[in-house]
Parts: sequence; C-alpha cells; structure tokens
Amino acid sequence: MSKRVVIPIGPQHPALKEPGSFIITLEGEKVVGAQVEVGYNHRGIEKACESRTYIQNLYIIERVCGICSHAHSTAYLQAIEELAGVAIPRRAAYIRSIMGELERLHSHLLWLGVAGHEIGFDTLFMYAWRDRELVLDVLAMLGGNRVNYGINTPGGVRRDIDPEHIQKIRDMVDIVEERNKYYINLALGETTLHARLGGVGRLSHEEVIKFGAVGPVARAAGVAFDVRQAEPYAAYDEAQVKVITDDHADVFGRTVVRVLEIMESIRLLRFLLDNLPEGEIITKMPRRIPAGETVSRYEAPRGEDVHYVCANGTDILERIRVRAPTEANWHGMSHMLENDYLADVSIIIAAIDPCYSCTDRSIVIDNRDSGQQTIFDWKQLRQYSIDWYRNRGVDPAKLANRLPRL
Amino acid sequence: MALAIFNILVFPGFLFLSVYALALEYVDRKMYARLQNRKGPPWFQPLADFIKLLGKETIIPADVDKPVFKLLPVFTLAAVTSAFLYVPIWGTNSLFPFEGDLIVVLYLLTIPTLTFFLAGWLSNSLYGAIGSVRTVTQLFSYEVPLFMALLSPAILADTWKISGMAEFYQAHPLYILLNLPAFIVAIIAIQGKLERVPFDSPEAETEIVAGSFVEYSGRLFAIFRMAIAAELVVVASLAGAIFFPVFAANPWLGFLIYLLKTLIIVAILAVFKSIMARIRIDQMVMFCWRYLAPLAILQIIINLLLKGVLPI
Repeated sequence: MSKRVVIPIGPQHPALKEPGSFIITLEGEKVVGAQVEVGYNHRGIEKACESRTYIQNLYIIERVCGICSHAHSTAYLQAIEELAGVAIPRRAAYIRSIMGELERLHSHLLWLGVAGHEIGFDTLFMYAWRDRELVLDVLAMLGGNRVNYGINTPGGVRRDIDPEHIQKIRDMVDIVEERNKYYINLALGETTLHARLGGVGRLSHEEVIKFGAVGPVARAAGVAFDVRQAEPYAAYDEAQVKVITDDHADVFGRTVVRVLEIMESIRLLRFLLDNLPEGEIITKMPRRIPAGETVSRYEAPRGEDVHYVCANGTDILERIRVRAPTEANWHGMSHMLENDYLADVSIIIAAIDPCYSCTDRSIVIDNRDSGQQTIFDWKQLRQYSIDWYRNRGVDPAKLANRLPRL
Repeated sequence: MALAIFNILVFPGFLFLSVYALALEYVDRKMYARLQNRKGPPWFQPLADFIKLLGKETIIPADVDKPVFKLLPVFTLAAVTSAFLYVPIWGTNSLFPFEGDLIVVLYLLTIPTLTFFLAGWLSNSLYGAIGSVRTVTQLFSYEVPLFMALLSPAILADTWKISGMAEFYQAHPLYILLNLPAFIVAIIAIQGKLERVPFDSPEAETEIVAGSFVEYSGRLFAIFRMAIAAELVVVASLAGAIFFPVFAANPWLGFLIYLLKTLIIVAILAVFKSIMARIRIDQMVMFCWRYLAPLAILQIIINLLLKGVLPI
C-alpha cells in the first residue's frame, strides 16, 4: 500500500456546494497530504464597494453570503454607525439580534442537513431542511425575503415586529425546539453517526489557537470564544449568551456544539421577544461618514465575522475589508484532512460550514523583479511593513490609532 | 421448446424481471421518501428515468477497451436474469430446479460485483478505480457471511436445491425460526451485496462521485441501473424463498405470496437505508468479520448439531 495516488476533490465535485479545489494525496484510503486551493469564486466585492455610496454598499454587503446575509450587513452597519457616532434605538438593536438568532437557527439546521448528506445519511438531510423551512418562512415574514432579508438600514432597521409576528415566531420556536431535541438525541445517540463523525478532522485546542480557527470549530475544541459574549453588540449586553463548548475537538464535537447552539438561540429568542422594548426603530443617519477607520465584529453562525471600514469624509467609503468566518477556518483545513480517510474528506470540509464565495479574494503574487520566491517570517514581514511606511515618510510608531492621510 | 423460450424471455424471465425490478425500485424509492417525510416519486418514475437515460448521449472515454466497456452492463444484466430463472416464484419449484442450484444462483449473483469492479477499473478514472477497489474490498467482507447464512438453512434441510429447501421448510415451518441468526446476517449482508446505505461506500456520491459508474452514461448506464434494480429482485426473491417458507399449491396464490414476501424484504431494506449513515469501508470490513462472520459460523454449528438431534 505504499503507492501514492493524487486525487482531486473539486473544483467540480458533488460533495462541494461551490467550486473549490482540494488536492488529496492518498496512500490506500488514507489521506497523507492535502492541499487546499480556494479562489474560484472571486467576485470583487470589496472593490465594488469602493465606488458606491454607503447605502448602495449595504445591498452589496448583504449579498456577500447567502446564509449569513444578516451577519455581514449588521457588521458593516455597526462599523459605519460607530464612525458616524450614531447609536441605534434599543428596539432596533433587539430586532437585529432577533434576526441574527433566527439566522443562526436556519444556518445550523442547514449545516446539520448538509453534514447528514455528506456522510450518506439523507434522512437527516431531509428532516433538518424540512424544519429549516419553518425558520425561513418566519424570516420571509419579518424581512420580506427568505435569505436576503433586507431588514437592516443605516441607523436601525426597516421593518418593525408586530405582536402577531411575535406570536408566529413563538409558535415556530416551539416546534423547532421540539424537533431539535430529537436531533440532539440523534447526534448523541445514533451509532453510525457517531462512528462516522467521532475522531474525524481533529483540531485540538492548541491547534485552534495556532491556526486561528473561529466559531463552532473553535468552540468544539474547548475554546470558549463567542463575540456575542466577549464583545456584546446589538442587544447581547442584556441578552446574556451562554457560550457552548465541547471538548471532542472533532467533527462530532462540532455537531454537538451546533445542535446545542440551536437550543441556546431558542432561549435567546424567547428572552429577546419577552423584553422587546417599545420605541423607534430607526434614527437619522448622515449620508457622509466622517473620516476614520474602525473594525466591527459579529458572531455569524459560522464564527467571528470581521469588517474593517475606512471612511474618508465623503459618502463613498475608502476601503472595506470583509473577513468572513470561513477564511479563518481554511488555515487549519489541510491539517484536519491529513491522517484521515478519503471517505471523511467531504465531511471534514463540510464541518467548518465553508462559504467559498464569501471568502475568496484575489491574491497577486508578483515576483517579476527578483525572479525568485522569498518567504518572510512574521518578524520580517512586520519589519517590511514598518520600513515601507518609513520610506514614505510615515512613522507607524507615532501614528497610534490615527488615520494615515490617504 | 417454445414454452421454455417464453419462460426465459417473458415469464418468469427477462420481461417479468424488468417490470418487477422497476416496480420494486418504485416501492423502495417511495418508501424511502415517505420515511424521510417527502412526497416521493410517482409510480412511473423508475420507467421514466430508464427511458430518459436510454435517450441520453452515451459517452465512452477515448482510452478504454471499447468492446469490454460496452459489454459489461449487458453481461451484468444477463447474469442477474439467469440467476432469476433458478429462484422459485409461484410455488416451491423454480423453472429449472436441479441439485446445487443454490450454489449456481449465488455464483451468478457474484458476477455483478465483479463487473462493477471491472467497469470502474477499465474506465481509466481515479474515482472509478477507488470505487472498484472498494467494491472488491466489500465483496471480500460480506460474501463469506452471506454464503454461510444462505447455506446453513441448506445444511439443516440436507439439500443444495432451493426448491428442496423450500419443500423441507414448508413441511417443518417451525424449523425456520432456528435460522433467525442466518436471516439477520443475510439481511445485513444483502445490503453490502446491493451496495445500499449503510454499505454504499463503493459508489458514495459525496466521496468518489459515482465510484465504478463514473464514466458510464446514456444507454450503458441505463442497463447498469436496470441490472442493479433486477439484482434487488433476485436477492429479495432468494431470501424470501429461503427464509419465508410460505408457499401455496395454487400457482396464482403462490405468486401473490411471492410478491408479498419480496415486498416485505424490500421494506426492511428501505427502513435500513433511511435510518443509517454510510459507514466507512474499513468500518464495514471490521463489522463484517467481527460480528457477521462469527454469527454465521454460529448458525452453521447450530444447524449441524440440530441435524443430529431433530426428527427429520
């Protein structure tokens, strides 16, 4: 069994929902090497944002991801609201949190179904997606759309939640809670499920920190980090989040974390609905955002979503950087794939709940001048950037947090 | 002569087998769908799929052995159809019973597995090659328990003839309860033979696309699909004849009983398919040799001992 075979998973493969290439080196059925090549879905989102107004950008940013659209638009709006110095009304903050939790519900149910499909358990797939449909109906009722709800707007939210909406959400939540109890039993008790998921795609506590993995991948390895709790935004300062962790550090752990997080989301939803304050849902927001830069964080269903926004005082932003959660999870991927079986490759890839097109940015490797490759380590890279700015008359040490003149 | 040709081509041979294969495929798919809380396909869906595949373009890779590539699906279907002629349908007797036909049926049922292997291996595709290696690996794990499970009732009946076994168990219906472990082993091993969930890793869609059949398309793939559906009928009929010894003297009634028996077995298989995840090939091998094979051996020992004790 010493003969090695290189097998491509992707760019087109039934296990992948979007194009992405995984070059798997096999020894028998065992994976001995894995090379992750993403970047097939580059859409130029960030560049597109740089030539449009803040309001127009909202529609682009909402379409970064089909599943966590609310996560991206909220992260973006938090950034520009912070720059403009606008505090959104409490009711709007609550509605944003409610949408966020509903989104988490449907995203986790979707993941559960995909995971079932990847390991050939199509019944779980059908059941989970049937229940996800209930959540999508509620989202469509609240926002008007199933995936891009369009409820966010600078300074608040566009639509209010009526008492009858609240009742419908409560009814849906009751059903989903009942069904999810069944999934928890299934995840913890079903033998073939455990045989397929246990010990697969391990990423230990230390490795999670080393590779910077986020979201359920990190929490499954016992890293108790959740932006909603670490740096509360929207209504999470009042709706205290209990961070779900697990110590299996494998795909099974990620499944457990996700099904338990559904329960936690249901609890949060009930709290948010109970304590929904009265009042306005929108405040006035200036068209021009004062110059400045900020970083906004949001706990998307897949992990921490980071948006960096740099404004220059006009109604068009200078630079936006969207770091989707999947991007943080790609780094550990080849490590997770190695030493597992070919049969597990698809579920390991699916276990980080990858979102290819949200992540893909263009990468230019330019070595025309030298004609040879050089590898920088972290220290050299840092020194290089400091020197780069010094040569242009900017001393990074004196800048502190001020915006460099662009 | 004319009757024999009618028997081979129409009933209970090729035509009946094809129609019943489509019908059972429908039952399987519909039950699977209902268990998953889906609506499921209409009754003509398997036929529609078959016709659609027949009309599709058949693409043959440039560097394969073309005659063999084209022959393999037909060969599979022929082997399955031949096996069907030796399985009792309307009573205890099959069309051409002879001493040892059980072995012949089992042998003919091994041929599809080997053609699946060849199909994957010859199609010059990585996914096909991995699928065919898995097919053979799986063959080595379920074949021995399956053979032992089907042969141990034969030991008790003291005949290698399927109709002989049927007559024996019809005369001593309670003895079939002694073969319960063999039935369990057989039902599990059948799923390996038919490459169904949880033992469908040879054609696992999300891992190796379609395994052995990855390069097959159009008419050739349609014949393969038909052969797989027919294999389900043959295996279900065989298990029904051996483990459900209920027969009737009246051929019409016997035929109805036959339909009922195969439906029960397909229902059991559909339930298994919907409640389990696909297990890995190494887990499959381990499971078969650690649990199935010892259980089958235990059954043989029980039957050998009982043969000396029981009044026969």
